[in-house]
Parts: sequence; structure tokens; C-alpha cells
Amino acid sequence: MILDIEISDLRKLTEYIKTKGNYDFTNYAMSSFKRRILRILELYRLPSVDALIEKIESEPTFLEVFICEITVNVTEMFRDPSFWRQLRDEVLPNLLLNHKSINIWHAGCSSGEEVFSMAILLKEANLLDRVRIFATDLDKEIIQKAKKGKYTLKNMELNQKNYIRFQGKFELSKYFKEEDGFAVMDPSLVENVTFRVHDLVQGPVFNKFDLALCRNVMIYFNQSLQNSVLNKLHESLFNYGYLCVGSKESLIWCDSANKFIVVNNEEKIYKKIKE
Amino acid sequence: MRNFKINSDYKAVVIGGSAGSFQGITKILSQIPEDFPLPIIMCLHRLKHVRNGFVEALKLKSTKDIVEPVDKESIRRGQVYLAPANYHLSIELGNYFSLSTEEMFNNSRPAIDITLGTAAYAYRHRLVGILLSGANRDGGIGMARIQQKGGLTIVQDREECMISTMPQAALDLAPMDYELKLNEIIDFLNQLHKKLNS
Ligand SMILES: C[S@@+](CC[C@H](N)C(=O)[O-])C[C@H]1O[C@@H](n2cnc3c(N)ncnc32)[C@H](O)[C@@H]1O
Repeated sequence: MILDIEISDLRKLTEYIKTKGNYDFTNYAMSSFKRRILRILELYRLPSVDALIEKIESEPTFLEVFICEITVNVTEMFRDPSFWRQLRDEVLPNLLLNHKSINIWHAGCSSGEEVFSMAILLKEANLLDRVRIFATDLDKEIIQKAKKGKYTLKNMELNQKNYIRFQGKFELSKYFKEEDGFAVMDPSLVENVTFRVHDLVQGPVFNKFDLALCRNVMIYFNQSLQNSVLNKLHESLFNYGYLCVGSKESLIWCDSANKFIVVNNEEKIYKKIKE
Repeated sequence: MRNFKINSDYKAVVIGGSAGSFQGITKILSQIPEDFPLPIIMCLHRLKHVRNGFVEALKLKSTKDIVEPVDKESIRRGQVYLAPANYHLSIELGNYFSLSTEEMFNNSRPAIDITLGTAAYAYRHRLVGILLSGANRDGGIGMARIQQKGGLTIVQDREECMISTMPQAALDLAPMDYELKLNEIIDFLNQLHKKLNS
């Protein structure tokens, strides 16, 4: 028989995590959330959701492990190369035409591949010193990983392929050193990056940005949560600032959708036009 | 022609396929009645990093329009959907899709087990699951789920499959209602169409 979890168990768990750890997963998309829980049960050989709650309760350090496992951190450098070309050729020139310096936010940056992609893009356009980057994620461990910029060589193969399709100026290997089987990214790329833990669901609006990337994060939320997070993203943008979401996401059903215009539908680039 | 016992409760058809299934899928899509009333949700293994072109290739001979859903898109009657490249496609309770970039499953993203499994959960006995030719075992668990929830399960005839690993995986896990040749699958869908429109 294939193991399954009841909705009532999922509710019990999200309630528990909310009071215990101040994380709110109530409005995460059900199917992927359920798969994450099943995965944790399997990984830690736990027979039930009750056993999982018991483990979090009795092992103080397990809550962070749980958060790390529950979030989906899969990411790539230059994922959707055509999107990055659009940023390089249209969005950034446009922003930097009107501003001496700009603020960029990577919301849900995961292990940082997206941030390094941005830094490389900016460096190749000689714009790195005109940009201040904030990179945030819910998951403490993954933010630590992002700061280190250390990736497996296997992942680097894919990143390299994407970089070529992005049509970068050099070779991706220019930006990392190989150290015992890992690729260590050039730290000067992220000198001006602030990495920080931030929760899009419960956290505050903490700054104003000219460009916000929130790609493949809201797909883990249900529609009502997408709606409220989009309000937050909207509030975090300057007027005429840009918002980029994942290539298969859509904002059209959100309340603040009419405060944005579509800049590029294929690449899911939007521009805020109303406060 | 074979006559199938079909009830009119069905709300959706899900189709999984991999290596050797492209021709079969195209054949089904070219012969399905234009007004086939159920949503048809397809999860086919495809190149991870080629975002465009696959839907267009499938559309060439299809009687119906085909779209890749965006995240949280509502599932519409009579629409054909294809899981997008590099995302898992799930069906949620409440009749909509969601996408995810979770780890590959069975070396695949999209993984057929995920689409079929979530469809089984959402539609229960009101689902028809079809698994075509394929070289890995993805889809086996999904079909077993559909069987478990009382849906109707069809695998492509192993002799006819270019590679029968996938239907075999399903048969290894659970009894399937039918093992059919492509032409019979098309007959089945036509009879289902008649039944639903009567
Ligand atoms: C699939 S990754 C996306 C990485 C990258 N943006 C990309 O598109 O490749 C999703 C990230 O969203 C983060 N996340 C999930 N819920 C969040 C929340 N409430 N606040 C901030 N980040 C969150 C996860 O920890 C995970 O690292």
C-alpha cells in the first residue's frame, strides 16, 4: 500500500508549526506540501505526522531541519536564459537610464544561484557598483549556503549550459575556482549583496526596490496567499519598478494585478504603474 | 470493434507517456472528437530545457487546442493540457493545477507519477488514466493510485509499445482494467465521448 496523509493531519501539523516555530504554512499549495511531508517522514523514518510533531517537540534543533526540508530549494543559474537576456538588454538599461543606482531584491533566493547570475550579468555590463542587492529566503540554512556560493560541479554543468544560452561574454568558469570537487564562486561578485532571512508570508516590507525577482516561490502558495504576497511585493516596489516571476506563473487573478502592466508576457516581467 | 462498459461519471482523462509515445499521443489527439467534453491532462517526458516547441508539435495534427497550464490555472472542460518543461504538474482539490520545481522524480520533471497521483487523489473514481510506451518506470505508482481510488486504468498493449517498461511498471504494482492497442484506446475514448454526450 502506498502511504498517504490525511488533510486533517496536515492541518494539525501546520497549526503546531505556527505556534511552535512562528512559521505559517497554512496557505501553502496542498499537493506539493503534502509531498514534502511524506518525503520527510520517509527520510527520517517516521511512521506518521504525529511522530514528526513529537520529533520537533523533543529535539530543539529539528525545527530548522524541518524548515530546510519542507522548502523546495531546487534552483539553477540563469534558469530560463531568455529571461536573463531580457533583463540584460531591456529592463536594466531602462532602469539605469533613469537612476544612478538601483536596489534589487531576490525574494526566495534559495542557495543563491539566481543572485550570482545577476551579479555576473551586472559585472559584464559594468553595472555591478551601481546596484545594491538584497537576497532573502525563509530558510536559514539555505541563506548560509547562498552566502558561501559553493556548488557541486555536477550542478555547474547545467549552470554552464544556461550561461552559454544566456550568451554571456566569457565562460562561466571565469567566475569560480574548483576546490575539492566543488565550484567556489568569486566572493567579490557578492560583496555588495545583503543576504538575510526573511519570510514573505509573515515578514514586514523592509525596503523599496526598483527590481524584485520572486521566481518559482509563489507556486508553493495557494491563491489567497499569492494574493497577499503580491500585495507585499507591490508595496516593496517603487512606482515604475519591475517585478519578475517564474515563467509559468501568472498574476492576473490577484487584487493588485491592475497596478502592474505586462512588460514581457513570455518572460513574466511586470512593471508597477500604480501605488 | 470492442465494446467497453463505460459509466458517465468521468470528469477527466490523464495520459502519461515517455520514450516511444509521441506517435501514439499524436494519433490519439488527431482522432479524438473535437467536442470531447472532458479535460485531457497529459504528462509526457520531454527535454528539460526546451521550453517551446513541444506543444506546437503536438498541436499540428490535434483536433483540439493544447495548452501548458500556468500555476493555479483552473481546469476547464474539453481542454487539453500538457505538463510544462522542467515543472511537476499537480492537480489540486478545487479543480485547478499547481506547478512545482521539486527534485526530479524517477529522473523526470515533469514526473508522470506526480500528475497521475494527484489526479487520482482529486478525481478519485471519476478519472480515466492511460499509460503509454516508456523506457522507465515513471507512471507505475500513479496508475496504481488511480486503481486504488477506483478510477479506470488503461495501459498500452506491451507488445505494441516501442518500449514496454512503463506499462509493465503499472501492471507490476496493481491490476489494470485494460491493456489496449492504440486503436482500441481511441475506440474507448470515442465510446466515452458518446456516452458522455448522450
Ligand atoms: C524553488 S526555490 C526558487 C529559487 C529561485 N528563485 C529560482 O527561481 O530558481 C523557492 C524558494 O522559496 C523559498 N520560500 C518558501 N516560502 C518562503 C517564504 N514564506 N518566504 C521566503 N521564501 C520562501 C524557499 O525556501 C526556496 O528557497
